[in-house]
Amino acid sequence: MSKPIWIARDYAACSGCKRCEIACSMHHEGWIWPEASRVRIFMPFPGCEVPHLCAQCNDYPCVNSCPVGALSTSADTKAVIVDREKCTGCGACIRACPGSVPFLHPGDDKATICDLCNGDPECAKVCKEAGYNALMLVEEGPSVHRRLFSRNPIEVAKDLAVLFFGEKGEEVI
Amino acid sequence: MPGGYAGKFLEADLLKGKISETRFDDETLEAYFGGRGLAAKILWDRIGRKWAKVDALGPENLLIALTGPMTGIYPGGRICVSGKSPLSNGTVGSTASTEFAHELKCAGYDGVIVSGRADEPVYIQVTDEGGEIKPAGHLWGKDGEETLIALNREVGATLAKKKPNVGLWREPGMIYIGPAGENMVRNAAVMTKLCHACGYGGYGAVMGSKNLKAVVAKGRGRMPAVDAPEAAKLLWRRSHEYLIARSGFRRQGTGYGGYGFGNNTSSEPIRNWQEEWHDERSFGGPMFETRFWVKKKWSDWNCTTNCMKVSCIKTGPWKGDITDMPDYELQSHCGTNFGIFDPEACIHLSTLVDKLGHSGINGPNAMGYAAELYQRGILTEKDIGFELKWGDPEAFDRLMRMIAMREGIGDVLAEGTYRAALKIAEMKKMRPEELLKYAVVVKGIEVGAHGTRSDADFAHDISYAASVQGGDHTSLADDGYSDMSGSIFADSGVFCSFAYGGVPQELVFDFAKAITGFPITIESWRRVTGPRIVTLQRALLLMGGPDVTWKPIEDDDNPPRFYEPLPNGPYAGKTTDRAKVKSKMQTYFQTLGWDERGIPTRETLDKLGLSDVEPFMRKLRE
Amino acid sequence: MPGGYAGKFLDVDLSKEKVEDTTFDDETLEAYFGGRGLAAKILWDRIGKRWRKIDGLDPENIFLALTGPMTAIYPGARIMCSGKSPLSNGTVGSTASTEFASEIKMAGYDGVIVTGKAEKPVYILVTDEGGEIRDASHLWGKVGEETIKLLNREVTEELAKRKPNVGLWKEPGIIYIGPAGENMVRNAAVMSKICHACGYGGYGAVMGSKNLKAVVAKGRGKIPAVDAPESVKLLLKKTHEHLIGRTTMRRWGTGYAGYAVGADTSSEPIRNWQEEWHDEKSMGGPRFENRFWVKKKWADFGCTTNCMKISCIKTGRWKGDITDMPDYELEAYCGTNLGIFDPGDNVHMSAVIDNLGHSGINGPNTMGFAAELYQRGILTEKDFGFKPAWGDAEAMTKLAWLIAERRKIGRVLGEGTYRAALKIAKKKGMKPEELLKYAVHVKGIEIGAHGTRSDADYTHDISYAASVQGGDHTSVAVDGFTEMSAAVFTDSAVFCNFCFFGVPQELVFDFAKAITGFPITQESWRRVTGPRIVTLQRALLLLGGPDVTWKPVGDDDNPHRFYEPLPTGPYKGSKTDRALVKQKRKTYFETLGWDEKGVPTKETLKRLGLSDVDPLMRKLRK
Repeated sequence: MSKPIWIARDYAACSGCKRCEIACSMHHEGWIWPEASRVRIFMPFPGCEVPHLCAQCNDYPCVNSCPVGALSTSADTKAVIVDREKCTGCGACIRACPGSVPFLHPGDDKATICDLCNGDPECAKVCKEAGYNALMLVEEGPSVHRRLFSRNPIEVAKDLAVLFFGEKGEEVI
Repeated sequence: MPGGYAGKFLEADLLKGKISETRFDDETLEAYFGGRGLAAKILWDRIGRKWAKVDALGPENLLIALTGPMTGIYPGGRICVSGKSPLSNGTVGSTASTEFAHELKCAGYDGVIVSGRADEPVYIQVTDEGGEIKPAGHLWGKDGEETLIALNREVGATLAKKKPNVGLWREPGMIYIGPAGENMVRNAAVMTKLCHACGYGGYGAVMGSKNLKAVVAKGRGRMPAVDAPEAAKLLWRRSHEYLIARSGFRRQGTGYGGYGFGNNTSSEPIRNWQEEWHDERSFGGPMFETRFWVKKKWSDWNCTTNCMKVSCIKTGPWKGDITDMPDYELQSHCGTNFGIFDPEACIHLSTLVDKLGHSGINGPNAMGYAAELYQRGILTEKDIGFELKWGDPEAFDRLMRMIAMREGIGDVLAEGTYRAALKIAEMKKMRPEELLKYAVVVKGIEVGAHGTRSDADFAHDISYAASVQGGDHTSLADDGYSDMSGSIFADSGVFCSFAYGGVPQELVFDFAKAITGFPITIESWRRVTGPRIVTLQRALLLMGGPDVTWKPIEDDDNPPRFYEPLPNGPYAGKTTDRAKVKSKMQTYFQTLGWDERGIPTRETLDKLGLSDVEPFMRKLRE
Repeated sequence: MPGGYAGKFLDVDLSKEKVEDTTFDDETLEAYFGGRGLAAKILWDRIGKRWRKIDGLDPENIFLALTGPMTAIYPGARIMCSGKSPLSNGTVGSTASTEFASEIKMAGYDGVIVTGKAEKPVYILVTDEGGEIRDASHLWGKVGEETIKLLNREVTEELAKRKPNVGLWKEPGIIYIGPAGENMVRNAAVMSKICHACGYGGYGAVMGSKNLKAVVAKGRGKIPAVDAPESVKLLLKKTHEHLIGRTTMRRWGTGYAGYAVGADTSSEPIRNWQEEWHDEKSMGGPRFENRFWVKKKWADFGCTTNCMKISCIKTGRWKGDITDMPDYELEAYCGTNLGIFDPGDNVHMSAVIDNLGHSGINGPNTMGFAAELYQRGILTEKDFGFKPAWGDAEAMTKLAWLIAERRKIGRVLGEGTYRAALKIAKKKGMKPEELLKYAVHVKGIEIGAHGTRSDADYTHDISYAASVQGGDHTSVAVDGFTEMSAAVFTDSAVFCNFCFFGVPQELVFDFAKAITGFPITQESWRRVTGPRIVTLQRALLLLGGPDVTWKPVGDDDNPHRFYEPLPTGPYKGSKTDRALVKQKRKTYFETLGWDEKGVPTKETLKRLGLSDVDPLMRKLRK
């Protein structure tokens, strides 16, 4: 696993089918568990669907914020790796993340963050299969842009609302 | 616990303000499955004995919102809403695609059963912690869009406050009513996601009669475990492969039907079904798509069909209207059935119908009916308050609002086409038949946008006439055998019919078995489970009451209009064949083990485990 | 006829109102190729001897719009505009992507050469029938959007009238000027397709000085034949494979750099280059994309890079603005350089600049210059009529209009940053150096949005200082060898740089050879053709003009600002290394065979076939 990867996002292309949530939770949890999926689709208004997942910011504010050193990064994929044994569920990483991407697992309250499925992300596969390409696996290395995708999903949705609905879009979220 | 079920149901007694939980034993679940089937069973068990006396808009009726074991696992998760229908006085399993369905299951509930009536408007909130009845006075009167926005905010804030440390909370799933439901417009819908509706049956009015504005759910738990997980995962992948391969349907949804059904199969309602053929290119699919479809790949939970698209009007008097494309049913009912062939006007009326919480099919049916009465001089400008001319979107906009608010003639039309016809006959001192001949209803339920006269569409002679759900185009009667594993199965499963068609049936039933562990096959549904559910529905339908009861055989018929010859188009002169209706009706009854009047026989009831229904059927046979 | 060429050029004398065809022999075409190279040759041949006496805005200047043999065959069709630059008094090969380039070749012309000056505003129309001069008085004064709309309509109607039976006529290709060009704002651009610009060189002003509003082309012929058609077809396929493989470029274009060049390489102009680093996430690519990019896959003729996207502001005070994303240069110049860090304001400024026909880089460079003078109290509110405060989009909009219409201080600012600095110094009784130290230009041409102080970007010490095209960031000096097969090649061929990078160079040069039949290699361009063109440009540059002439070596340098240490960010304290500039400039001159003052030597001129330039160079050597 030497080629760098990233999951590119095209928010406007997200259909809201949430198969990414299903594929992710099937892979990580063994069964469908939407709130345990590392990628969660927020839909504050119908039509404005936003996939919310880790963007692997180059400066990894989450990793730096962990008081017990439970977070690290994978040398191969550059994904954030959570050591669930060490994690105490304090929520510091959630607060440190500009987009509040991590969340506490609904089962055991441990920090849950996308690990890029060891280089072959399931979510991108199902999104590509269905022809949406809202989540797209690309062979691109780290860049300054990644941290820009760590943004509160409601704010992203507000932008999409204007894109799709014009002035009306400002009223719906 | 069989696979796929969360295991418990939420009970909300709005009279007492009490929340509790209920379970059903494995035999019941295997016999009735979920959704439509289980709802019929619950209704029979709890209010079946006094059925004829129960007012569907009274506190004794139940409002039932159920998932099924396949919801959220099989593609296209849906909720099924039921109860005693204020229209047919039977039951309808009325479904809509919505995240509410899987949120309920992840919260640990297979469904919600609501009884009684609240003093003040309320909504029910369901979370991992259980159910709560919450005040909704501030929401009462809000249209669908406003309700969605307000509840997203309010419930989102509530959840975040309760458990702030777990990270960002997502918006909940919800079903809700608009002003039409609040004002108990008899055929009002239960709405969700702006433009999805449990349209048939009038359950929006039932919610309104209970002062129930919405049911909201957010669950963070697992989807219930299944019986054979590895098989289920494999079948999940395979079913999606089939759905993804249907490129034409994914591209157009049913949004090209507004031209297609009119021009091709000559079966589209035009001006209250006076015609069914047209060649108005202005109404073509591309005319909608190019100007209005802002999002062309839009889906619901676990669905790759994405037949839905989001439409937005960006300019002109209706700038800002947001709805779905519309789908074919609303293209015709909010379009051609009003004599409207302009996409922008159709999209506007579709938006309005959804905001008001009308059923997009049933509500406009009554409006088209009124417009024909106006055309014929039976209703005058004085009766209505303005001119109700075909093709005038402003007029239909106004009428739509009047009906939702029960103002003026709206109060009469709000009773649904059938009862409105009877009332207007009384008002105008005419014989009921004189008004009923323009009413396109079967057993009180207005008919979906697929006519039977050309015989070129998928609806034929007994499709509506024999159906326990009347004019419901999604649940047509066929031969009493193959149709038993069709929509009855999907409505009980509960999942979307469009995610059902296009996947080989064996695969779907294997999936059902892998999920539940029940020995399910197409055959078992066709011979036993389907007939069981339909027979129970038939019994309740015939028991009817208190304001209307159907006459067996006589009312198992098409509306008078469907026997008039088509006036134009390639099928001009053609009409529904009465002889065929008669003969196929008998075959249908026979196949299902009902007598020649369609009353379930004692033997059949025994065979299907419905022996306790027998005493009531005996009365009917006399 | 070598492959790829249509075979003739349109020669238009606006003073005499004459239109003729002109050709060039094969040797000339092989030596100068097309576009930038051929333009320099034509200018030298026709007005080279009197060069110094001719002002860029005189009727004697020649305006050229040329394609090259590779245009519309290699991906990314472009037009190249040239002439004597009113800014540098040399020449620039200024290119833009546009269907005008493919249309003119299909009409049978490789380019248009315009001399003289029309009495009243005119436009030139080129069709299969030849060229004509048409009245443009009704178009004079109109902004870009309006101009396109009117010309599309007018020309299509005219063509349809002339030949109605051939079916529907498509819209023509157009290059045009806006009010800035009309009013001879010295650095005004030649515009196309709303937002594409031949930005460097000030050729919009040259068109304006000739009363030439637009050149319009519509051809129905074949693209010219090529030397080795089967090879070309294969190479086309392979080239596109490479371009399509560049997923990032296709996804974001350069539209994500407005954040990155600031935050990462610390080389983005901020407030007239007073700073070059920022971390304003509000300028992040996603902020533009999610809210404004209405069309995300937008291309020009033959191009699969589709780095372009269309932006539209749908709400608020700038509602209705349509432009491209903006690309990085305008994110910087119409954004950070004006102290603007809000995407909406940035998109708006880009739309204003394009509509007015300013060069998106050069125009706002002058605006930034003016705003810094205001900041420092050298210019006051009275000079403008408002306060041109950093970050104030309303004020900056006014300033853009002020300059385009040459009102108040706009009259002086319309002379371009360099001349404005000199004029303002005079006006305020200050020494020229006191104003020039805020002027970020090289040889009169304002500098593109890639600074040299951090040394972390692709621009370094002599990139601009030694370049014959001054501040043009698309054609930087490197070592006098490698870059000779880069921009000078693509600007002569003529096709888009962004379709050049990302394709293996051997493939590109094989393609060039397969098209033309010329024995082209990367090596031949690096050793001969590139140096020939650049040397000729250097000669013309040094000859200068009536108002301004550059001092060799002295003016082959960076602006004062690039020697000030960066005040903030990770490269704080860094500045351009004077010693490195000196040393590399010397090497650059040597490699190209110029003397220590950068004046081409007699031997070099002879070797490159430019012996007739020598007499004029002799004077400079003294």
